[in-house]
Amino acid sequence: MIAKTISRNRGFAAALGLFLVLFVTYHILHPRGFSTAVFIQNANETVAIAFVAMAQTIPVLIGGLDLSVGAVMTLTACIASYLVVGTPAQMILGMFLTLLAGTAFGVMNGLIVVFGRIQPIIATLATGAIAIGLALLLRPSPGGDIDADLNWALTNSVFDFAETYGLADDGNAAWLQPFANIPVPLIILLVVGFGVWVPFKRTVTGRTLYAIGSAESAAKLSGLPVRRAKIAAFGLAGFFASCGGLYLAIQTSSGNADITQAGAYTLNSIAAVVLGGTSLLGGIGGAIGSLVGAGILRVISFYFRILSVDPLIQPLIEGLVLLAAVSLGALRTLRVKNKLELFR
Amino acid sequence: MNALSSLAPENRPIVIALGFTLVIILVGTGYTLITQGTAPMLMPSYLAQQLQIGAFLGICAAGMMMVILMGHIDLSIPWTLTAAAMMATTVGGYWAIPAGLAVGLVVGIVNGLGVSVLRIPSMIFTLGVDTVLRGLMVAHTGGFAPQTEATPLMRFLAADRVFGIPVALFVWAAVSVLIAGLLSRTGFGKAVYATGAKESAAFLSGIRTKRVIVGAFIISSLCAATAGVLLAGYSAKAYQGMGNPYLLPSIAAVVLGGTHILGGRGRYVGTLIGVILIVFLNSVLSIMQMPEAVRQIIYGAVIIGMLLVYGRETTSRN
Repeated sequence: MIAKTISRNRGFAAALGLFLVLFVTYHILHPRGFSTAVFIQNANETVAIAFVAMAQTIPVLIGGLDLSVGAVMTLTACIASYLVVGTPAQMILGMFLTLLAGTAFGVMNGLIVVFGRIQPIIATLATGAIAIGLALLLRPSPGGDIDADLNWALTNSVFDFAETYGLADDGNAAWLQPFANIPVPLIILLVVGFGVWVPFKRTVTGRTLYAIGSAESAAKLSGLPVRRAKIAAFGLAGFFASCGGLYLAIQTSSGNADITQAGAYTLNSIAAVVLGGTSLLGGIGGAIGSLVGAGILRVISFYFRILSVDPLIQPLIEGLVLLAAVSLGALRTLRVKNKLELFR
Repeated sequence: MNALSSLAPENRPIVIALGFTLVIILVGTGYTLITQGTAPMLMPSYLAQQLQIGAFLGICAAGMMMVILMGHIDLSIPWTLTAAAMMATTVGGYWAIPAGLAVGLVVGIVNGLGVSVLRIPSMIFTLGVDTVLRGLMVAHTGGFAPQTEATPLMRFLAADRVFGIPVALFVWAAVSVLIAGLLSRTGFGKAVYATGAKESAAFLSGIRTKRVIVGAFIISSLCAATAGVLLAGYSAKAYQGMGNPYLLPSIAAVVLGGTHILGGRGRYVGTLIGVILIVFLNSVLSIMQMPEAVRQIIYGAVIIGMLLVYGRETTSRN
């Protein structure tokens, strides 16, 4: 049973194995050993890229690509920096509106791709520019004033969260103790990842995504809702990207329309998707794999802090690791017997 | 519209892009006539200066087009350009330009082999190569702009004028003639279109598709390296991130020129017009002193709008 599950999800299993090895080794090598503070810091730095990577996965599954995910993250971070203020009720409304804005932007991408019949890569290249433009209009210079309590509560451990809002005896309740040291950002990631992606995957629309990625014409001829699934794919990408933007805004207490940062997040998201076992040709993979892929990317950069690597050769090592990791996926070409199977 | 639809499908986008370029120039001229009472956009010297800046983008786009025609993409353009520029200024002397082009050749071979032999999607492989090149250049320069300067020959090619025409335009023209000739008059050109349309069919009809892919990536990297050497000559030295503004506009120029992003279709004239469109769009927006935010929005809207006008393509190629 377990062997079967692993062989069906080889890419995901390999990614998870690699991540665990890297992560455990990192904490063994860390001069202070495993500590909650370091774990929380790790989780905090992974959230935004993990959300953007999950966003990127869904258009990739249908054989497309979304070059606007980083820009949508930036735009929603700027929106959040205005809306997530005031009383708790206002802040919750602001978060809701932020996520709604990102989802709406994603749906717009989907509509352009489906009804405008423009290739996803070039359509999202253009809408990405529009998103960055809107972000720059909102925040010509970095700024914003997000509630300090919220920032503290969401970027620390469960104990700190409970203490900040006076829940469970200020975090001292006995039943809370087993969970007290888990980082809140990790919980947010897992809850949103498993709570949104896994149920969605099991719907007809979700199944259709995989069918489109494997063979679009076959999916259409079988009567699957191809258009709806495509629009949903980009809408969900917008939703995940806005989760990343919302968290980034809360984490930094501000919004910053940084073009370079948006581009870097988009490119890293593609790398994380590939590392997480999703095929760029579509039809194979999933958002949880990309979550792990983003974790791998981040852990590699954590190593530089403890191994005293010369900062000047860090980018080189990052590049070589990325190239080596994607080249591993090429090993299948050595096993292919019929050359024509290569041309897919 | 009837006149438009009677055109061959591969020529329609080219005519529309040309028309839109004229509209941009007219709007820009109208704006300056109203606000300042002059029409700088119609003056030859202004046009020459804008096209001189456009030459760097034009050369990048020419190479990018070869790769897009194959149905691939080259995301390593930014740091290939920068690495070529930095190597050229570091080596200096007579060997400056060959050193820069050698960088392009090596990067092209690596990209081509990764995509054609290892069968890694070009999107991710060239991205990895770009990161490695950035790493190499950061290690080489220490993360600062290198102190070395461009050679006189590089400066002549990029910044000087002959008979009032910028030399960079001659270089762009030479690259254009080479690429256009290669695509329309040689067997390699035919092989590029065939491989881009359907690689398995091209392979079965006896085309050595691996060599064609490697060749296309070499041309792309060589073009980026040429642009890098010229850009270093134009600004007298190389600097970090000098290639970043050239990646997305060169993809946009190729696509606006009617080349299909999935490969197999497109004419070089279209890419040329796509570049000119983007250059003039940029210069009109800077004449109007648009803030960066509005520019980005207009930029995105123009790409979407033009592609919508180009017409609805069939949903699936299978």
